Amino acid sequence: MLIIDNLSNTVADKPILKGLSLTINAGEVHAIMGPNGAGKSTLAYTLGGRPGYEVTGGSVTFDGPNGPVDLLEMEPHERAAAGLFLGFQYPVEIPGVSNLQFLRESLNSQRKARGEEPLSGGDFIKLAKEKAALLNLDMEMLKRPVNVGFSGGEKKRNEMVQMGILDPKLAILDETDSGLDIDALKTVGSGINAIMRKPDKAVLLITHYQRLLDYVEPDFVHVLAGGKIVKSGGPELALALEREGYAEVIAA
Amino acid sequence: MTALTLPTKRQEEWRYSDIEAVASVWPLPAPERVVVGAGEVQAHTLLQDAGEGSVAVKDYAVEVADGGSCAFHLLNIGGRFGRIAFDVRLGKGAHFELHGAIIGGGEQTLEIVTNVTHAEPEATSEQVVRSILGGHATGSYLGKIAVARHAQLTDASQSVKAMLLDRTATANAKPELEIFADDVKCAHGATVGELDKQALFYMASRGMAPQSAKTLLLRAFVAGVFDGIADEAERERFEAAALEKLEALS
Repeated sequence: MLIIDNLSNTVADKPILKGLSLTINAGEVHAIMGPNGAGKSTLAYTLGGRPGYEVTGGSVTFDGPNGPVDLLEMEPHERAAAGLFLGFQYPVEIPGVSNLQFLRESLNSQRKARGEEPLSGGDFIKLAKEKAALLNLDMEMLKRPVNVGFSGGEKKRNEMVQMGILDPKLAILDETDSGLDIDALKTVGSGINAIMRKPDKAVLLITHYQRLLDYVEPDFVHVLAGGKIVKSGGPELALALEREGYAEVIAA
Repeated sequence: MTALTLPTKRQEEWRYSDIEAVASVWPLPAPERVVVGAGEVQAHTLLQDAGEGSVAVKDYAVEVADGGSCAFHLLNIGGRFGRIAFDVRLGKGAHFELHGAIIGGGEQTLEIVTNVTHAEPEATSEQVVRSILGGHATGSYLGKIAVARHAQLTDASQSVKAMLLDRTATANAKPELEIFADDVKCAHGATVGELDKQALFYMASRGMAPQSAKTLLLRAFVAGVFDGIADEAERERFEAAALEKLEALS
């Protein structure tokens, strides 16, 4: 699904990722954990193609709808149309544009890029209602401007509603668990499972804490430190990290 | 009240104008008079969409008698030079409001000028202007509010926001207050900005093509300017014209 090979980059001329390699296959859930400043969010933004995240070396190959593509050659909106979804740690507020308008425009933009017909207004509303219900988000909130006046938890649930509607192949979720209380964490966790836990999909969870992993069980856990993966293992690695801290586990 | 000599840029209200364009249509016709009687309510619209390369200058002289109310909605998008100017005189307790949008690209110079005189007490006035400018376009709003010495309890406000799509475009916002009374409220705010880059990346990350994302943000920026047009068909005409112009720009 995704092969990251020896990826390096700079942000404002400062090297962040320093030869990161990671392979994610269809049907797998991977978690990346790591101390502050390790480059976790930078990895997410670089894969999403955010301007200012300059790739200086390595390659990223993604299984698009028509076979493998060089992800780094593509514009951010083309990456999304190919099936990549980026869940933001800090979802952006867009005054004056309703969630529904935003999502319908996004979805139809993706469909157009893939040579599919646009979804009709009625079909879109049906889809939006279904996904909003899955994440316990009031449909009325989707009529309001994108993330404006949403609480931290509502913003994260809204990210998951967007993921449900856009139905990506690979979701990279950057600290989707931050700012969530226990109930919201459960809702978001089961949302991720319902939408993405499928043989033809994959998830990369970026998180500080073990607690999301209680709800979305990873197949692989990686520790990111100093811009590269320094240790990989199964779910037990996350538990060890929680118990002993990064320094201990990395040194071991 | 047509001036006989061609204005120069030294005159405040022509400071950002395209004088060469003005000269091509000089002398200007007399201003169109709008007379609102005591207690009367009037609403006007103006869609300035003159053809490419043409020059459109429109002057209004508005008089609102005691307790009367006058609203203008305008969209200024046409011609190489498009100027809409208002000289407004308000009676006691009278109201004037202007909701205007300027959308320009290429080498266009587009302006809205208001000169509102609160001649008597208790009158209210409001001007809301949104400008979107790309290419080498210049968009200007010059708004003067004059409050006479005995015009107490005047309540006047101006809100001016401009969005620049290119570093080569220019927005001018110039409020001017001349207040002789002491018990008045005159609020004004002006901002000039660019499209929110974070929002653009967020939209792109959801698959939205850059052009659609830009247009959506710009529509949101001017949204609301035409909400007050009571006639639905007229409101739709303004919104459609604004959208078409935006799509041509972005």
